[in-house]
Amino acid sequence: MLNNIIRRGSYFIRSNKFRPFSSLSSLSADEIMLQDSVRKLAQSAISPKVREMDESEHMSNDVISHLFNQGLMGIEVDSQFNGSESSFMSVILAIEELAKVDPSVSVLCDVHNTLVCTVFNKYATDPQKELYLPQLTTDKIGSFCLSEPASGSDAFALQTKATKTDNGYILNGTKMWITNAAEAQVFLVFANVDPSLGYKGITCFIVDKDQGVQIAKKEQKLGIRASSTCVLNFDDVFVRDDQVMGQVGKGYKIAIDILNEGRIGIAAQMIGLAQGAFAKAVPYTYQRKQFGKAVGEFQGMQFAFADAHTQIEAAKLLTYNAARLKEEGKPFTKEAAMAKYYASRIAQAVSGDAIEWAGGVGFTRETGIEKFWRDSKIGAIYEGTTNIQLATIAKFIQREYSDM
Amino acid sequence: MFPTRANLLRASSRVDINVLVPIKRCIDYAVKVRVNPDGKGVDNTVKHSMNPFDEIAVEEAIRLREKNKDLVDSITAITVGPQKAQDTLRTALAMGADKAIHVQVGDQHNVEPLQVAKTLKHFINRDKFELVLMGKQAIDGDENATGQMLAGLLDCGQATFASSLQIADGKATVTREIDGGLETVQGNLPMIVTTDLRLNEPRYASLPNIMKAKKKPIESVKETELPFDLKNRLETVKVAEPAQRTGGQKVDSVDDVVQKMKEKGLI
Repeated sequence: MLNNIIRRGSYFIRSNKFRPFSSLSSLSADEIMLQDSVRKLAQSAISPKVREMDESEHMSNDVISHLFNQGLMGIEVDSQFNGSESSFMSVILAIEELAKVDPSVSVLCDVHNTLVCTVFNKYATDPQKELYLPQLTTDKIGSFCLSEPASGSDAFALQTKATKTDNGYILNGTKMWITNAAEAQVFLVFANVDPSLGYKGITCFIVDKDQGVQIAKKEQKLGIRASSTCVLNFDDVFVRDDQVMGQVGKGYKIAIDILNEGRIGIAAQMIGLAQGAFAKAVPYTYQRKQFGKAVGEFQGMQFAFADAHTQIEAAKLLTYNAARLKEEGKPFTKEAAMAKYYASRIAQAVSGDAIEWAGGVGFTRETGIEKFWRDSKIGAIYEGTTNIQLATIAKFIQREYSDM
Repeated sequence: MFPTRANLLRASSRVDINVLVPIKRCIDYAVKVRVNPDGKGVDNTVKHSMNPFDEIAVEEAIRLREKNKDLVDSITAITVGPQKAQDTLRTALAMGADKAIHVQVGDQHNVEPLQVAKTLKHFINRDKFELVLMGKQAIDGDENATGQMLAGLLDCGQATFASSLQIADGKATVTREIDGGLETVQGNLPMIVTTDLRLNEPRYASLPNIMKAKKKPIESVKETELPFDLKNRLETVKVAEPAQRTGGQKVDSVDDVVQKMKEKGLI
């Protein structure tokens, strides 16, 4: 019995090939170097542009070039396709670091990596990889088009149709709230080849911008304003047979699979955002004096900082744990939902409180603290709303505790 | 061998040069340094990174190669430091250095400039380097001595506080930042060049290069394998924080300023 336990124990240690047991916040030397490098990029090249990009609701081309040049737009892609050939945890760390400075830039990087590049990595045929991955890692932004006016949380009720023709398909329909759509050149479009099959007709197509993707409207938003969100029209857009991602009818599987890990990316964005707001507001409270001492030295403030700091730490551990589970090839759906749900919740709470900590100054747009709060609201909405995350977690609970 | 005066001609006719970049792992420039309660040192448990002047040296070596591919044959980073200093070497490799040498010393051993200079001389004699590019000083000890000592030990030219560097026909042309302006000097390679702040703005390593750096070789050498010792000649007697700034005083007019300054004997 004891032998058995020891044997199983040592098997587990050996099978855990990524790292020996260590604290969740322990990072490898490469991960620390990447974090450092993204931090420097964010501080020097992105930080001076954040306010202007927010006010003008426009993503700077310069920032986009920096992301490509630093190898942040194909983090997990093989080096033969000009990718960085790094890990999922590296993606998470990069998204977190970018969000500390600008959650808009962070989501651009997040969607491109965790949704678009990952779909190509996992489901594309070799010729599709050879054609598209080098573009996606070099200078072309990708966009993931699932949501529609009448299909959000109920993603598989989508109405966009793909009608079979001789050597391809004709796409017709409207997509909504599509992140990165204004800058993107490559679109992953979900459409149904046969509505009578229900979700089993859903297929993912690769569409090049010049094949007729029309931007109908660029949304004006509360937060992440520099990140584009558009309505897209597909009017008789022809795509070739070889532009079907994976297989016909496998779109729903791709979407579920990818959105599960995508949630960890949004969680990373949210913990970065919370840390960014915290780091902007708290130092100011030690400078501002009222009643003869620094505002941050009053116990009412101290306890609020301690509480927020603990929430950030908890969200970070949930997020890193989900990412490590994914890297280790273990189930992570529940943990990813928990991370995304909790991180988005505390991001909103912490960034909201941070405004109050900085008082009148926090309420002005000049300091950028209020921007974090505006940006946080999307965390509870995209890539699965808070209720969808809770429903996912609840499903696991029921599975475990019913029929006992 | 570091070329001697006798074979300088041969050195100068060569197209390619090998660059040695000595680097140091220091407390990160953004960290607020705190003195230990015993008053003999500072809190070392904080974030460390490459000495910023050394980062400039690494960057300059890479730029020399980028400007002229045929000019630079190899870029080697070297450090004398604890086990953790390997991370700093990896950063240099991720920026673009080809290989690295790690001379390992104990965690608490803060090696003095003369010992570092002797170590560098040892490896320069063993391998072959025509140019040593290094930070003018490390931001921890602020000694500003290692480069000069190394030039002395090797009996070769030195150009300190470089704000620009050109290499052509076996000669280095260096603009130096000096009190009151800029001075341009020229000399034959081999030469020791120490970098000042305005020489360049170092890049941050890109992710693909961070991944590639894992495969680049780091040679590890133990302190005891050197033919001399790295013992410190100096003992730190006391480390103290800078004096606390005392509050100023507000006055109402220029006349008051003058009056107060007179009272304090400042004018």
